[in-house]
Amino acid sequence: MGDVSATARAAEMAARRSYGKLVAILAARTGDVAGAEDALSEAFGVALADWPGRGVPANAEAWLLTVARRRMVDDVRRRRLDDQASEHFALLEELADPADAHALPDRRLELLFACAHPGIDRQARAPLMLQAVLGFDAGAIASAFLVAPAAMGQRLVRAKTKIRQAGIGFRVPGPAELPQRLDSVLEAIYAAYAEGWTDAAGADPRRGNLAEEAIWLGRLVAALMPNEPEALGLLSLMLHAHARRDARRDVQGEYVPIAAQDVSRWDAAMIDEAEALLHRANALAAPGRYQLEAALQSAHSVRRAGAPVPWAAIVGLYDALQGMSPSPVTALNRAVALAQVDGSIAALAALDAIGGDVRLRDYQPYWAARAELLARTGDAVQARAAYERAIGLERDAAVRRFLQRRAAGIDAP
Amino acid sequence: MEYLLLLHADPQGWESLTETQRAQRMGEYGAFTEALRKAEVLRGSNRLRPAETATTVRLSEGKTEVLNGPFIETREQLGGYYLIDVADLDAALGWAARCPAASHGSIEVRPVWAM
Repeated sequence: MGDVSATARAAEMAARRSYGKLVAILAARTGDVAGAEDALSEAFGVALADWPGRGVPANAEAWLLTVARRRMVDDVRRRRLDDQASEHFALLEELADPADAHALPDRRLELLFACAHPGIDRQARAPLMLQAVLGFDAGAIASAFLVAPAAMGQRLVRAKTKIRQAGIGFRVPGPAELPQRLDSVLEAIYAAYAEGWTDAAGADPRRGNLAEEAIWLGRLVAALMPNEPEALGLLSLMLHAHARRDARRDVQGEYVPIAAQDVSRWDAAMIDEAEALLHRANALAAPGRYQLEAALQSAHSVRRAGAPVPWAAIVGLYDALQGMSPSPVTALNRAVALAQVDGSIAALAALDAIGGDVRLRDYQPYWAARAELLARTGDAVQARAAYERAIGLERDAAVRRFLQRRAAGIDAP
Repeated sequence: MEYLLLLHADPQGWESLTETQRAQRMGEYGAFTEALRKAEVLRGSNRLRPAETATTVRLSEGKTEVLNGPFIETREQLGGYYLIDVADLDAALGWAARCPAASHGSIEVRPVWAM
């Protein structure tokens, strides 16, 4: 029993470390991600049957790669593919003998760029990365993204077909295209992180894990592109936010806004790592959206040392962010920060200026911010109405209760 | 891989050009075609007559139906094509972006189904 589970664990760890690497190698020449995944899953199946008896081979990755390549070659022999079967076959033959089994190339970065190619449906990019690089099954990805499994399965199949049939190359784009393409990779990773982050209560472990998987992908990109400031910035941003994950709820499970969080419940080591990454990014002297967002997170972290939050600097960072990639949410956050610098009336004026944006009409934080500011200026009636609106828009019960408590705490009239 | 670049544009755009502008546009296309030829990726190319000259045929219950006009009426019309042979989609997209039609219309890039 012990041996079997130890082998199973070894196989699982090998899978985790190697999956994306092997998919990338197998799919890079053929463009056939689905075929690579099928072959690899068969190879893992063989490993599970073979390794407990014979022991884990010295070079497990090369072993898995050899078995998977044979499966791919057999598979092509068995069924003629719809396109370029002979060319496909020649490529596989060429791959059948790994030149140097001990130095497998790491082509995961190329795989990530293929997954986030602008020719791939935007909504499929993050799920595709999670599947191709980390080996998640479609069902797990579907539940993490709150999408029906059949719909997610179809989305993934379509994306892989597009990669293969449209001839999306497995390569890191040239310097002219790199900034835009890297942005697309980072955006997909951040989308996965944001999905996981919204499950603050940790009610759904799959969604919670999603945030960690996104960080794993962020680490991978930061490790493979150590001189890309935005890759470092995104990782810093995610680590900063993640360091506070437990502090977002008190012991009773009630919502705690960032300003009221108990700093001793922040993950100090993770914040230190995030800060170091941001310093490295800043040293590269090419500012960007993720570095600015990481800097905003970093500004809140000064509370660890008992220092006051530098609100004026935060307003400045939001201005820079708004100049770089304007969004109504950034404008909203800027207005909230402005309240700490210039007072509630100035902040309300800033909110009024963006209130006409339809994208904010059903956005809970807009109404919550408005309510809070109105309450501070003494407009109890309007404040209650705005809280009402915010409560009606919130799907997280703990946040709803928080808003209800705030609304109930408004002084009469 | 072979890709067909399908050039779509609003014919009104061409109509509204002056003679000089038209000559300039034709010059741009000539230069683009020459660049494709020099790079040895060009497999074929043609400019098409306007959609009003199209005739659509289909067989319905054994009878040939012939209709005046294009298969689909849209503001942007298929005006021409380039068939190119390049390494991958990014290379095809790179060429498409240099095509003058990318500025005054849009280009659909379709991989050719290799038989």
